[in-house]
Amino acid sequence: MAVDEGLKIELGKQGVFVTTIEELYNWGRRSSIWPMQFGLACCAIEMIATTMARYDLARFGSEVFRPSPRQADLMIISGTVTKKMAPQVVRLYNQMAEPRYVIAMGACAISGGPFKQGYNVLKGIDRYIPVDVHIPGCPPRPEALIQAFMTLQKKIDGQALTGEDRPRHLNAEAQGEFPVPVQGEHDLEPTSNPGVWTVPVVIR
Amino acid sequence: MDGAGGDSIVKTVEEIKAAIEAAVPGAGVTVVHNGSPSGQHSLRIEPEHAVEVATFLRDDAELALDFLSNVTGVDFLDKEVSEKIKVTRPVTKTVDGLEQTVEETVEETRKHVEPGYLEAVYHLFSVAKKHGPVVLRMRTRNRSDEVELPSLTPIWRSAEFQEREVFDLYGIVFKGHPDLRRLLMWDEFKDHPMRRDYVEPDDYEYEPTPHDKVLARAQAHKAAAAAGEEKA
Repeated sequence: MAVDEGLKIELGKQGVFVTTIEELYNWGRRSSIWPMQFGLACCAIEMIATTMARYDLARFGSEVFRPSPRQADLMIISGTVTKKMAPQVVRLYNQMAEPRYVIAMGACAISGGPFKQGYNVLKGIDRYIPVDVHIPGCPPRPEALIQAFMTLQKKIDGQALTGEDRPRHLNAEAQGEFPVPVQGEHDLEPTSNPGVWTVPVVIR
Repeated sequence: MDGAGGDSIVKTVEEIKAAIEAAVPGAGVTVVHNGSPSGQHSLRIEPEHAVEVATFLRDDAELALDFLSNVTGVDFLDKEVSEKIKVTRPVTKTVDGLEQTVEETVEETRKHVEPGYLEAVYHLFSVAKKHGPVVLRMRTRNRSDEVELPSLTPIWRSAEFQEREVFDLYGIVFKGHPDLRRLLMWDEFKDHPMRRDYVEPDDYEYEPTPHDKVLARAQAHKAAAAAGEEKA
């Protein structure tokens, strides 16, 4: 149950802080999203720039990039996912602890981008793992990555801790491990995870 | 690269060919002319003598081709050639009420298949003498079972990864290569994607903005999927 904003401000003036568990919990979740330190292609350069002094992603709580998936909360797919790399990306995602989020950064990560018809490029990482925020761009500017980050924070803030739409880590029945594709004789097998991705309906 | 530069040319391709043939007897060098303005002619060498020729090109004091900058592959498909040949053969005819055998010249179309081949192309430069490129080519016998060529990695170390790439994408097997594994694709992969008859997997199920060839492939995929559903 949300607290009336006006009442909250009035109480704050009197030195009384009123909140809900949900608000406090989500505030904590969204304010300390530590990304995983790995890059796939040229988008990674923009991601690195985003973390540096000029753009300073640390302002949003992603204070430090963790070099281990065990310590990371956010996976930024920064660049082209080749079919050779895709199993490793899925495996890294499986190794991350809940709660975990994914940002697909740039044209390649969301669809294969300019390399879509190549023999070696995966047509979007969302075929294998659930993606929270997609950012277009080739590569997206650091501002776009910050925008995606803020979108993810808004998404976390809006999540209810109970009910159908509760976060995956509070749902015992939610899928935790995602099948790692096998590198076959002609292509990855399977070519997508039907539990995560189905062919979208194109509206023209 | 700098063909028009004048002083950058130490020797023309014909002179290099002569030098190779003098140094390596029976090398069998063919000059492949390039008609474009760049005039970058190349030398086709026989695989049997390739290592000797390459060693000569590297160690020759005048040429001193000490730097291999690029290795690539080319795929030539099997070609069906039809040619018209005039054939003279006896024909039985009735001339003036009598049966006679007359020699007659008939035009006949004959078809035969010229086997394709794979080519490895090497671009050599000389850092010491500041000239190049000298382009070397080697051909395999065919593009199915006799696809072996000698590796030039023992002569120029920089060929190692590039020959691996050519092996991966074209399927040329380099004999004498120290570590011939796939480079870009995974080990279990069976195809050679840069070959002209490579059939890519039919993964055109979602094309939001198709055009040209992609549109055709997406429509073909849709038709095939619909036909599959009807059967099931």
